[in-house]
Amino acid sequence: MDLMTALQILDSTVRLGTPLLLACLAGLYSERAGIFDIGLEGKMLMAAFFSGAVAFVTGSVWLGLIAGIAGAMSLAVVHGLASITFRGNQLISGVAINFLASGLTVLIGQKWFALGGRTPALSGEGRFQPIVLPFADSLRDVPVIGPVYYELISGHTALVYVAFAAVPISWWLLFRTRFGLRLRAVGENPAAVDTAGISVTRLRYAAVAIAGLLTGIAGAYLATGLSAGFVKEMTAGRGFIALAALIFAKWRPVPALGATMLFGLLEAVANRYQNIDLGGVVIPVQAMQALPYVLTVIILAGFVGKAIPPRAGGEPYVKER
Amino acid sequence: MPVMTHLLGAAATLALTAGGALADPALIFDLGGKFDKSFNEAAFNGAQRWKAETGGSYKELEMQSEAQREQALRRLAETGANPIVMTGFAFGDVLNTIAPDYPDTKFAIIDAVVDQPNVRSVVFHEEQGSYLVGMMAAMASKTGTVGFVGGMDIPLIRKFACGYVQGAKAANPEVKVIQNMTGTTPAAWADPVKGGELAKAQIAQGADVIYAAAGSTGLGVLQAATDEGILSIGVDSNQNHLHPGKVLTSMIKRVDISVYEAFTAGAALETGMIAMDLAKDGVGYALDEHNAALVTPEMKAAVDAAAARIVAGEVTVHDYMTDNTCPVN
Repeated sequence: MDLMTALQILDSTVRLGTPLLLACLAGLYSERAGIFDIGLEGKMLMAAFFSGAVAFVTGSVWLGLIAGIAGAMSLAVVHGLASITFRGNQLISGVAINFLASGLTVLIGQKWFALGGRTPALSGEGRFQPIVLPFADSLRDVPVIGPVYYELISGHTALVYVAFAAVPISWWLLFRTRFGLRLRAVGENPAAVDTAGISVTRLRYAAVAIAGLLTGIAGAYLATGLSAGFVKEMTAGRGFIALAALIFAKWRPVPALGATMLFGLLEAVANRYQNIDLGGVVIPVQAMQALPYVLTVIILAGFVGKAIPPRAGGEPYVKER
Repeated sequence: MPVMTHLLGAAATLALTAGGALADPALIFDLGGKFDKSFNEAAFNGAQRWKAETGGSYKELEMQSEAQREQALRRLAETGANPIVMTGFAFGDVLNTIAPDYPDTKFAIIDAVVDQPNVRSVVFHEEQGSYLVGMMAAMASKTGTVGFVGGMDIPLIRKFACGYVQGAKAANPEVKVIQNMTGTTPAAWADPVKGGELAKAQIAQGADVIYAAAGSTGLGVLQAATDEGILSIGVDSNQNHLHPGKVLTSMIKRVDISVYEAFTAGAALETGMIAMDLAKDGVGYALDEHNAALVTPEMKAAVDAAAARIVAGEVTVHDYMTDNTCPVN
């Protein structure tokens, strides 16, 4: 394998890993605050639909992004209401959100565009265009660094850089600020936070809203960055893979980057080579596709360290019993 | 006595026709959805044509999940719809168990063979149409490498791939064909993001014409091919208009004709197996104003000659589904 091939695969890894990374960070905020979120898939789908639809109608991808975030945010509010205010079961609320998004996107899309839930194809300003970073062209001929910079680091859409920037920001926010400390505390021991006179409800809503924001960006990236429009069920299980990555990363931001990029790499390799021939032993492509889930099970079984979820995760907080 | 038989026969036919006039035909779309710009949409167009010409009405149902199939069929049969046409191989097993329960209802299934007395099975010779577009791909390619992106990895899609490779090799024995399948679950029909990535991976390996047989995943393939400035080939419906001047051609599968014929026959639908091949214009390649500039006269002449030889039986395109192997790859 030459450098060019490796770079192409890594480039594809970044594209495929970015929606996973954003969704994974969304899940991280939510679950660190004690709200399990299996509705990542649904929120991404909703965001993908609204970003695709609004970007087509207005011709502006930025308005599309805002609409996508608003779409995901509205479902996040539903999840918040169900699991924080009304103390419902968070898993059931998440499942409901997935079903709701799956049906609602197609219903609204059919009513709006009469294309069977698809949105019309986007072009030009309606899509995120690749950004060529400064000096990318002039550095192109420098050995090794040039191609790496030109092929791998430059030439992605704005949202990819946003996603990568979100990793150190999340780390700083969660581990170096007062808000982050409280947010993590509310997922471990909400009663202690409450005793300190801080509103558990408000913190949890904040976490759920951040999750809505990030899934909104993830969905918009799928519909307006990677493809040119929304197609029904286009998230294709990425929200669930992101949850697996979250467990894999043990609910920490920097490992989340590693886990999602690993999963992206596995998919990119599977896309590039259907069957991998390792000196007589042929690894079928299905094995590669299953690997993210297999790795997650191995992690969960405790073979590689231990994945301990936030202690108060999944339990609604009741002030007094 | 023969006169008597004739009269009785005529009366029976009349009764059947009368019954047919009362019962509306029904059409069930598979998971890809009615407006997939491809397979199911072709079926929809056939039904719409029947509606426009006869002024009749029909029932339709779109599958939302695998589990609905049996219930949907039973419900339609019980409401008296006749005939009931369904698109997609996935209905095969379900129909096989249900058909005997409704002996008076006629069923037509597209893309699968169900051996029941009241079922018409329509199968297409996609390998022949794919062979033709494979030839065009190999002739249009400048790099000598062409690509294929399939949807869910099932024998039917392998059949498309196998015909395509045979055609490409026939036009240029040196051609390299890169094949990818999107996945192994029904989600593989609706993942344009992955389709686009597969197309980009194939382009990186030198492919400059890519054939997508993958439902709405194929829309992502066509988009990526257009973005990267190479040609693509659509499938099932004529997809040339999606990216004018960028889609070399489309492998057309006349699902619309099958649906139209079944609806027109009504309750008197003849059962048994119907093979839609090149000779019956059941498959073919699309040529319209959107790709006229891409298809050179030599290309057209070569493909039309090959089509004539397939129809005449001089060239046999291997059907993957007969033995689950492909002679070339």
